Amino acid sequence: MNHTSSNPVYRMRLLTHRIGIFMSFSAMALGIFFLAWILITLVMNGASAITPAIFSASTPAPGSDDGGLANAIFGSLLMVGVSTLISTPVGILAGIYLAEYGDESWFAQATRFVVDIMLSAPSIVIGLFVYAIYVIHTKHFSGWAGSFAISLIAIPVVIRTTDNMLALVPTSLREAAYALGAPRWKVALMVRLRAVRAGILTGVLLAVARISGETAPLLFTALNNQFFSADMNQPMANLPVVIYQFAMSPYDNWRSLAWGGALLITFGVLGLNILSRTFFSQKAQG
Amino acid sequence: MNTQTAVNAMPTTVENKEYPSQVLTSSRSGAVARRQRIQDFLFHKITLCFAMFAFLVLAGIIVALIYGAIPAFVGFGPSFITTVDWDPVNDNYGAMIAIVGTLLTSIIALVIAFPVSFGIALFLTEICPVWLRRPMGAAIELLAGIPSIIYGMWGLFVFAPIFAEHVQPPLQNTLGELPLIGRFFSGPMMGIGILTAGVILAVMIIPFIASVMRDVFEIVPQVLKESAYALGCTRWEVVRKIVLPFTRGGVVGGVMLGLGRALGETMAITFVIGNAHELSWSLFSAGNSIASTLANEFAEAESKLHVSSLFALGLILFVITFIVLSGAKLMLLRMARKEGLK
Repeated sequence: MNHTSSNPVYRMRLLTHRIGIFMSFSAMALGIFFLAWILITLVMNGASAITPAIFSASTPAPGSDDGGLANAIFGSLLMVGVSTLISTPVGILAGIYLAEYGDESWFAQATRFVVDIMLSAPSIVIGLFVYAIYVIHTKHFSGWAGSFAISLIAIPVVIRTTDNMLALVPTSLREAAYALGAPRWKVALMVRLRAVRAGILTGVLLAVARISGETAPLLFTALNNQFFSADMNQPMANLPVVIYQFAMSPYDNWRSLAWGGALLITFGVLGLNILSRTFFSQKAQG
Repeated sequence: MNTQTAVNAMPTTVENKEYPSQVLTSSRSGAVARRQRIQDFLFHKITLCFAMFAFLVLAGIIVALIYGAIPAFVGFGPSFITTVDWDPVNDNYGAMIAIVGTLLTSIIALVIAFPVSFGIALFLTEICPVWLRRPMGAAIELLAGIPSIIYGMWGLFVFAPIFAEHVQPPLQNTLGELPLIGRFFSGPMMGIGILTAGVILAVMIIPFIASVMRDVFEIVPQVLKESAYALGCTRWEVVRKIVLPFTRGGVVGGVMLGLGRALGETMAITFVIGNAHELSWSLFSAGNSIASTLANEFAEAESKLHVSSLFALGLILFVITFIVLSGAKLMLLRMARKEGLK
């Protein structure tokens, strides 16, 4: 001990070590600090806007006093729901392909690569793409276009988790099924896929969480709608775009509604995240 | 394909050859086998179609963007990329302002996010007590879960005023006084601008970089670390001289992944960057990124050239992120192979 503290080399090393560890602590604290700061901001600004009216009234016209977010909440739920229905089967089947045939062909390897890139591709470019192939031809913004755009964001998430989860199934389980004479498609769907149901559900939930907060791809696809509409062929109100427009507006009650919507969406998304991570975590690691 | 046929063939051979006593059923089982082979064939092709979908989307994005961008590139030529002008009134467009804004904000974000992410990954893998690792890791992942638009609102209404009052003046009084880099920190302190956008981007990409780093730190063989400890290394030295060199490829991959995210980030930037089509030396001044230009102008663009120029911006953004993300992916693949060798 005495020896250690008297040797300048050791003292220097110990000091470097302490500084390094201290910086690491600070980095972690900084991360937690920002998370807490954002959440507290949301609660402080948004809690007062959460009234029964926010769920029952539609978005207010400029200058009018009250109003809620009912049309936006409904539009968001509808579009996210439709897009979940599209992206889940597509993603799972593509994921099955990668897991079943992925180690055999260069095509599957390349698909994995593409999927990984699409996972992080700029979402606004996806919006541009859907605009170019769909909105231009129908000549109006629509709920369908919005749903397609966010589906394209969700699909890679589902493919990736399905692929990862299926890889966890022990080979012995599949071999046992083959030994009983089961054909490959039955083994893939009824043994392998079934073994990781919970994990794949996690993937779907994560995809839903991801697309629920997406704003950029909806800006030129679903746009917005001041009124309540369930017509998927019309521009459709949705929470993220309403939040964007209201937050930038000069009206106080609009801004307050924007904070309320932000609070709803953040806690919804984070809730989904926590649910998928904790509830299924044991099985996913299985 | 090979294993597929082999697996299918197995039940038939077993029934036909190994058990001659069941010859009666062999014609029926032959039919069953044939049907199963057809089913398997269909299964393969159907799932293949869905996998091809991912390819088609990627190809479609590139084709659609190029198609949309043609008028702009024809009208302005290749100098579209280097032109420092974005003027919807006179219908004259160039991409340089937006490209510089995109790259500057992303680089600022990386410079801030890299050390912080490293610290967080280090904390989660080496320092944190085991029972705290999961909640702490989850908290960082939640940071990634917060929608971009929320960062934007928080950045504009909460962070920017504090930044203007408490961070920008000291920066201007210290770094702003220096001869060469001083000009980066000059100008009015509004709170919004390139620097603010970069800082908020940093908060957004920290969880992505940190989680990749954590994953690659965890694959360092225990023996290596224990050997270093046995030689009397401090924990910091083990991380600095064993873990980091071993995982260099993965760390670089994680950083590039974060860069890819930062380049394409839209809503948060749109809120705080100030949306001004001008180029300035000062990081305090308002600017524009590719994504924020698109978000602001696309839905309202009237002239054909304007729309096409926006498509061209989208194409440039996509190409840049594609290259960065491919690089990240290759780095991480190399790292994964290393893990296999362990």
